[in-house]
Amino acid sequence: MILTAALAVPLLGAVALAFWRGWSQSAARLWAIGISVIPLVAMAVAWWRFDTSGTMFQLVEEVEWVPSLGMGFRLGVDGIALAVAAMSALLFTGAAAYPVDTRGSARQYYAWILFLEAASLGVFLALDLLLFYVFFDLTLVAMYFLIAGWGHGKPQRAALKFFIYTLFGSLFLLLAILGLYLATDPLTFDMRELIARQPLAGAGAIANVVMAAFLLGFIIKTPLAPFHTWLPSAHVDAPAPASAILAGVLLKMGTYGLIRIPYSMMADTFAEWALPLAVLALISIIYGSLVALGQKDIKRRIAYTSINHMGYAVLGIAAAGALLTGSEAARSMALTGATIEMVAHGLITGSLFLITGSFWQRGETYDFAAYGGLSAPTPKLAALTTLAAFASLGLPGLAGFVAEFHILVGTFGVYPWLAAIALLGLLITAALFLRMLQSLFFGQLPERWKSMPDLNAAEFSVLGILLLLVVVIGVYPAVLIDLIETSTGWLVGGQ
Amino acid sequence: MPVADLLPELMVLIGAAAIVVSASFLPHRLHWLCAVAAIAILLASSVVVLLRWDNAAQLTFFGVWALDGGAGFAKLLIFGSAIVASALSPQWMATDRRHGEYYGLVLFAVLGSVMMAAAADTMELIVGILLSSVTGYALAGYHRQWSPAQEAAMKYFLIGALANALLVVGVVLLFGLTGATGYSELTVALAADPDPWVMTVAFVLILIGLAFKLGATPVHMWMPDVAQAAPAPVAALVTVISKVGAAIALARFAMLLPGNLAWPWVIALMATLTMTWGNLAALWQTNLRRLLGWSAVSQSGYALMAIVVIGAVDQALAALLVFLAGYAVANLAAFSAVVYLRGRTELDDYRGLARERPWTAAVIILALLSFLGLPPLVGFFGKLLLFSVVIEGGYAWLAVVAVVNTVVSLFYYLRVIATLVLPRQDQGAADMGWPAGLTMTVTGGMILGLGLWANGLINLAQSAMLFLPE
Repeated sequence: MILTAALAVPLLGAVALAFWRGWSQSAARLWAIGISVIPLVAMAVAWWRFDTSGTMFQLVEEVEWVPSLGMGFRLGVDGIALAVAAMSALLFTGAAAYPVDTRGSARQYYAWILFLEAASLGVFLALDLLLFYVFFDLTLVAMYFLIAGWGHGKPQRAALKFFIYTLFGSLFLLLAILGLYLATDPLTFDMRELIARQPLAGAGAIANVVMAAFLLGFIIKTPLAPFHTWLPSAHVDAPAPASAILAGVLLKMGTYGLIRIPYSMMADTFAEWALPLAVLALISIIYGSLVALGQKDIKRRIAYTSINHMGYAVLGIAAAGALLTGSEAARSMALTGATIEMVAHGLITGSLFLITGSFWQRGETYDFAAYGGLSAPTPKLAALTTLAAFASLGLPGLAGFVAEFHILVGTFGVYPWLAAIALLGLLITAALFLRMLQSLFFGQLPERWKSMPDLNAAEFSVLGILLLLVVVIGVYPAVLIDLIETSTGWLVGGQ
Repeated sequence: MPVADLLPELMVLIGAAAIVVSASFLPHRLHWLCAVAAIAILLASSVVVLLRWDNAAQLTFFGVWALDGGAGFAKLLIFGSAIVASALSPQWMATDRRHGEYYGLVLFAVLGSVMMAAAADTMELIVGILLSSVTGYALAGYHRQWSPAQEAAMKYFLIGALANALLVVGVVLLFGLTGATGYSELTVALAADPDPWVMTVAFVLILIGLAFKLGATPVHMWMPDVAQAAPAPVAALVTVISKVGAAIALARFAMLLPGNLAWPWVIALMATLTMTWGNLAALWQTNLRRLLGWSAVSQSGYALMAIVVIGAVDQALAALLVFLAGYAVANLAAFSAVVYLRGRTELDDYRGLARERPWTAAVIILALLSFLGLPPLVGFFGKLLLFSVVIEGGYAWLAVVAVVNTVVSLFYYLRVIATLVLPRQDQGAADMGWPAGLTMTVTGGMILGLGLWANGLINLAQSAMLFLPE
């Protein structure tokens, strides 16, 4: 029941906000924070009950939904799903708590946040392929309304582009799911069955077509260059908590989907496609960091670093899936690294996007040339931004480093050249974050920012908790690695 | 006893006649009683259909009338749609002097569509299509003082006259070729490989006749006009029931056709053109009802996907039925909302509706997202099954075409949705009162409810089949 509760509670919380009109601004916010803590607690309980030496999927809950199609309401977690879902639950609490201008419709805003939380956790907890798709699509609707309703700049346009582009990807995903489903006998959408049966093994051309459709769907979501063009406008025009969720949670659905579906259910076809996928990931790493370097806008710069970071995650996944047997240690390391990257990127980039929200609330601009010397009036803001930026650029002792170290060392065992080139991305990322910090916090303090208020208690505590975890994972990664390695063992082989 | 086989249809027929007669005696202010009578008759007929659901599929009345699950499912959809349309009508028609007869016409239109769905004889098919068309023209032009309605009815009539004439020529050619009109005899005669040229011409002509009722390219032009300018309850009714009847009729007819005709490719081409044309035309519409009309055209294109693989894939009929059910529910819900808002049509007039009337806006949004095929709404399961059967039947490219079209359609659905949520204080216009509001709520709830309870819908559709002559 614990996993169902993690979905049902935010959904009911959203319904309560939608149906009853009497919510005040602060009541709606408190309600959203209180409700979003419950899935977080549920994830903590699930983490505690998860047996790291047990079966691959645990805490399974299963109810028939559409048995005539072989679809069920099936939930369950492995180490990877649990890690990503727990991070998502935390980020949602942070996003609900972070102050934002809801423009007089707080009730609707928080209803969509909670609805999005239910749908997002559903994606990570689903053990049924069609249920996965149901939640995958529902996240688009919620994010569309969040961007269109509370964004700035050209929110309608950005939301439209986001929805159309990602729906395009998810419909190819649907076709691929059907291709996989139709190869099962008896027909089922049960992920455990699909992983055990490998329905398209040795199916030749059909398997390749299905794989191409899966990759297209997930690469658009991740996104890798050149399928990333929906991302900058959606990120920049979304309200900051929605940007944080978009980067921290929604992008993970692409990489998580890659691991859960094509990697696990079509292992031999995935191995054939691993090299092109790894090359595409490498292009994203380099391209994302170079384009980020050229941005003059804080939010755009961070948005492009997402492409860079998700490139690392995909590189790790591709390296892990490149072989069916052999190099288990390296491949396991790459996959572990990819998962840590998902968690770390969620925490770090989530924090960074929330920070951009603080800048917007204070200065109404994202152009960092407009700021400068802010370390004097806003020391807390400066300290936390610096910490987040250092974590993002991969400073040892912080979570980003653990992730990228694992990915690069693991990839080195499979694709040494790609790993070597990927190192370049780290250098560029370091340069772009250092320059951003420099122009925001050092140098001449413009007259109009002399009295800029520092982070308030709500902002400080949300960022503090997120970044504290970044430090914890950086210093003591075993908390996360033990959990993840139970799954990578099943996924890489050798068990 | 064969007459009892037609019990649901006879009830509708006698009820229609009784309504027409009683309307001339009832005082005008009591004409709404005719709506109640129509709803009662349709409900009773639906119950009869359900009670006989498990009877074996067979032909009756000398082989011209099919009693099978396909026809039964279509009857349920058609009766249900007519119930919704009748419930929407009393206030809409209250000031019309011919209020009472209107329900008689509705029931005759229902009969026409039911005949299409159940006809197992080409002559019977013609009668069904003509009955459906004649009543359709009258219903579309019911507001005869209003020139857009006249225009819609006139366009409907002109295209219909042409399409029906072609249909009759096709049936005659087929009769000349095989000497048969009944589907049982046609199956035998077509197995003997008649002249392929004549056969092709006959097939294309009959296909055009059915495409007209389906709202498929190239004879779809009436659909947006009727959706825009017919009385809104009529628009809701006609766009659904003629499509349901024609889709089943086409599926039934296609199963007779010999394999050497390459008919699936012709229908696949028609499906592609229909969904693409409908979607492209809907893109920049500034009138919500017209947009719904074009969207209805594109939905016909999706429905045709199932007919492409009918007979070749087990689940094709189930996919068609589930899709039609999903379309019917969403379309009725969308038009109910339009009726509830007193037929508001210009998209601009919908600005800010989400603030002023959140529930009405929610129903429209649900309907549009269901057209789009967003899970877990009922339209999702229809599209899911459609994609599934065309992939299984080896027409994966058609699924890709449908996917691209779905993405295109998102653009105009979102234009409507964005308009609804745009901030603007509305003038607070009046609404149509509780019957329309209730109908809207029920149909809107069904979009979500039938999606969550998709298993029941799919099971019912899977238990349906088309009677195949030996």
